[in-house]
Amino acid sequence: MFQKLLTSALFAGFVAGLAAAALQLVFVQPTLLRSELFESGALVHFGSGSTPVPDMPFAIDPVRDALSVLFSALIYSGYGMMLVALMALAQARGAQINARTGLIWGIAGFVAVQFAPAFSLPPELPGNAAAEVGARQVWWFATLAVTAAGLWLLAFGKGWVPVATAVVLILAPHAFGAPEHADYVGPVPPELAGLFAARALGVGLMAWAILGTLAGYIWSREEPA
Amino acid sequence: MTTQTTAKTLGQSAVRTEIAAIFTVALIGLGIVFVAGHAQASALHDAAHDVRHATGFPCH
Repeated sequence: MFQKLLTSALFAGFVAGLAAAALQLVFVQPTLLRSELFESGALVHFGSGSTPVPDMPFAIDPVRDALSVLFSALIYSGYGMMLVALMALAQARGAQINARTGLIWGIAGFVAVQFAPAFSLPPELPGNAAAEVGARQVWWFATLAVTAAGLWLLAFGKGWVPVATAVVLILAPHAFGAPEHADYVGPVPPELAGLFAARALGVGLMAWAILGTLAGYIWSREEPA
Repeated sequence: MTTQTTAKTLGQSAVRTEIAAIFTVALIGLGIVFVAGHAQASALHDAAHDVRHATGFPCH
């Protein structure tokens, strides 16, 4: 059992992490690098009329990008372990786990881990105003936990009580509110921040779709152990 | 009777082993995500910086 869990989780997590890193380097990194020009003050946007979009051709920074690939593979392997553990629990209660249901698991994982937290704490560009990091982390983990619990109830609950409970759980962190900054002080142009947030979420959805599909596929192919 | 009881005991201990494996794997996964994504040690933070931003973690 332990081996089967690890095989599915690590293989799917590693592949999803590599895909996420490649997509990030192509689609997200240029917005990060541009925002750093404003974070460092090399470029100033507000109060100076307009700033031409800085030219940012695709370029590899070996050490920085290798670390991104490494940490992306690590983080998605961690996600894979949590996802496969929940899949195994569901299977023990009668759910079917395969590539097709795995895709749904992956999308649900994306919602719990990335979309729900982003609903109130949007992905931040470097330099964005934000509340104290510890408070945001507590809120982030709590939102992940209650959203995942809510999605589980929606998927496997019977009758209206689990559905009503799920709605409350999923909305509660946003009704309660994420830790907020008191002022708008971000130096980065809103056009860049918007593109970054959309790209970060899009890459997350693609990577999670791969993670869920692959985890489900490998899980269904592995001999029970 | 004895065979049945033994089978039942075996079944229960197998289920317990499975649940222990499931929780262990989930906990290790959570630990990896916490250390790689959320620990504030500055070496870790700098190394994971771009990925933390791109995955929407609270970074700094």
